[in-house]
Amino acid sequence: MQRTPLYNDHVKLNAKIVEFAGWEMPIQYSGLKEEHLNVRKNVGLFDVSHMGEIRVKGPHAIKTLQWLTTNNVEALEKGQAQYSLLPNSDGGLVDDIIVYCLEKNSDYLVCVNASNEKKDWEHFQKNNQGAELINESSAWGQIAVQGPKAQELIEKVTGIKASAMKPFQTQSMKWQGSELIFASTGYTGEKGGEIFIESSSTSKLWNQLLEKGQDLGVLPIGLGARDTLRTEMKYSLYGHEINDVSNPYEAGLGWVIKPAAKDFLGKTPIVTRKEQGLTRSLIGFKTIERGIPRQDYTLHDLAGNKIGFVTSGTHSPSLDAAIGIGYVQTQFSNLSTEITVDIRGKKIKSIVCKTPFINN
Amino acid sequence: MAYHIPEDYYYTKEHEWAQVDENIVTVGITEFAQTQLGEVVYVDLPEEGQKVTQGTSFGVVESVKAVSDLYCPVSGTVIEVNTTLMDDPASLNDDPINQGWLVRIEMDSEKELANLMRAPEYKKLIADK
Repeated sequence: MQRTPLYNDHVKLNAKIVEFAGWEMPIQYSGLKEEHLNVRKNVGLFDVSHMGEIRVKGPHAIKTLQWLTTNNVEALEKGQAQYSLLPNSDGGLVDDIIVYCLEKNSDYLVCVNASNEKKDWEHFQKNNQGAELINESSAWGQIAVQGPKAQELIEKVTGIKASAMKPFQTQSMKWQGSELIFASTGYTGEKGGEIFIESSSTSKLWNQLLEKGQDLGVLPIGLGARDTLRTEMKYSLYGHEINDVSNPYEAGLGWVIKPAAKDFLGKTPIVTRKEQGLTRSLIGFKTIERGIPRQDYTLHDLAGNKIGFVTSGTHSPSLDAAIGIGYVQTQFSNLSTEITVDIRGKKIKSIVCKTPFINN
Repeated sequence: MAYHIPEDYYYTKEHEWAQVDENIVTVGITEFAQTQLGEVVYVDLPEEGQKVTQGTSFGVVESVKAVSDLYCPVSGTVIEVNTTLMDDPASLNDDPINQGWLVRIEMDSEKELANLMRAPEYKKLIADK
């Protein structure tokens, strides 16, 4: 089992620790609901050091990334980041990622899911188009700072004027002698960003963020609230909304597929499926009757026919209501369509609703 | 952490408690169980009159994160359901031992009580967790 550089800090904070993707991670500290609502109201800190980082460098860096990812890396300037996907040769997905441009054409950092880090690293090596590849996963710690007061806290501790940055931008600096890359990205729908920091200084940064955030109401946030926060935004989570057989258009991720701009691995099967007409789409829904949808529960039309399945479901702390994400046959994907979700044998009435589930 | 574990109750290895009053058994979850669950947001209980069997699931409690089955300590017929939990599931967290009781069961046979744990044995079970 692996531990992040913040493991001892989590223990000191009385976190409940669970196994996640081979890591001992905090699932909650003070309580999931309180943590969730604090991110919506004030600011929260997340240890996301378990995520992987793959460095792609050299004269063939861009060629390699263009081949391996679906979004157009050519369009990235230094200091910009983009959400993207790693397709496989069959048109399914190896992972969803963020690509950070540190130096145009020659130096990129790719942040990958912890659960896929080993698989992604092998995938990069196998399909490399001549780039210099370095697995930097253990070299970096990563802290997400999210919430309406996050930018203020980031500036207080690092000096970076986060409020002046648009989403998906980056800034590199030396922080108390250590390499730090700040990115205005996140997984909650709130303002703030994600900070890559050398592993050896991660604990120092975490504790300064906690100390200097006291008057802003900062709280450490566990993986439990991280999941409910992203679900309220209908952000995809690998292994739930997307996996190795998902078509990105069906998953609502067509905006990061750029077939006109370039050739890439799996392009033909991905695009062909879209041209043939998509048969299912990813929707958000709320239950009207009591019950909480969970992953793999089945979705039905009002006559009882199976029309799809749930990919994520939870009780939304912000709405105090049950919400779900799932795939349905396309003709059932219109807003306000009434469907049911099978919860332990009972068909619970639900309605397709607009997403994000919350107004942010 | 010190949990309140009444001496006169019976316990299942799935962390339900059973309080026996002649042939009427009141059932709930232990303090240890509610701590493990976290904030309860949904409770699904059987209807009055429903037959239940020892060791099988008779309902669920859900936290934001997870679904947990409730296991019946004894076989019998459900004669009363704590419906206030449907509207206020969080009261299960506040007082699982008293206010947070789940159902009352008319037990078929008190011989089944021999399959349950008493307080000292249950304390040992959770001491290892």
